[in-house]
Amino acid sequence: MSHRVAVYRKEHFNAAHRLHNPEWTDKVNQKVFGKCNNPNYHGHNYELIVKVIGDPDPHTGYVMDMKHLSDLIKKHVIDKFDHKNLNLDTEEFSLLNPTAENIAIVIHNILRAHIDTRLDLQVRLYETERNFVDYPV
Amino acid sequence: MIYLTRLEHFNAAHKLYNPNWSKEKNEKVFGACANENWHGHNFDLFVTVKGTPDPETGFVMDVKKLKDLIKEHVIKKVDHKNLNLDVDFLKGKMCSTENLAMGIWNQLKPHLPENVTLYCVKLYETPRIYVEYFGDTTNL
Repeated sequence: MSHRVAVYRKEHFNAAHRLHNPEWTDKVNQKVFGKCNNPNYHGHNYELIVKVIGDPDPHTGYVMDMKHLSDLIKKHVIDKFDHKNLNLDTEEFSLLNPTAENIAIVIHNILRAHIDTRLDLQVRLYETERNFVDYPV
Repeated sequence: MIYLTRLEHFNAAHKLYNPNWSKEKNEKVFGACANENWHGHNFDLFVTVKGTPDPETGFVMDVKKLKDLIKEHVIKKVDHKNLNLDVDFLKGKMCSTENLAMGIWNQLKPHLPENVTLYCVKLYETPRIYVEYFGDTTNL
């Protein structure tokens, strides 16, 4: 019998970014992205919630060792993005617009490669207290 | 005397970098905050004024007016901006949370009505880091 449980780990990082599509003119970018298009960037405190779902292991009682999950997030996500400019300092967003949606997808894909495939993974990312995204849904 | 607070928020990029120092020294003192290409925060700003409620309105100050003053003189200048590059009242200053709070105080003080006193500017840089400025109290 299955007893699926969700476990969550909360982390945070802060970063600068801007929303800009290089295929559009400055005028169109300004119209679509408004103040988020500021050429000198702006920034956020991002809150990241990583959700892992699965059956607790019969030997440990864990869905996943939370210390291990925390270390994975720190090593593969926080160290990469914290106190960085997402557009300029990260290869992931050198060509991809760093919207909250895309950041959540990127973080999910990074972590997915390091987490047991028997476990489901979902990422929630808060860009501000009032704006947040979930991936996958 | 009663204290009235309005909470506003904005987000911005900045870096902590002293142009008179070498890159190495900046990195040593400011660590990750010295990142050349900036980083950013969601700032929460609490502005507190004090005064005596007006007998006819019951208000220390019309809070809508306080909100409009903060929007006009602070939020419009800093929201979605680069604090080091885009903000006139921070030109030539180190963009620490301390200096930003003092700058915000100076932006607001001249515009408040005569019957209220600016009491405190409290500024959160992250949910875990904030500063409070009560004005220049060296003569008190």
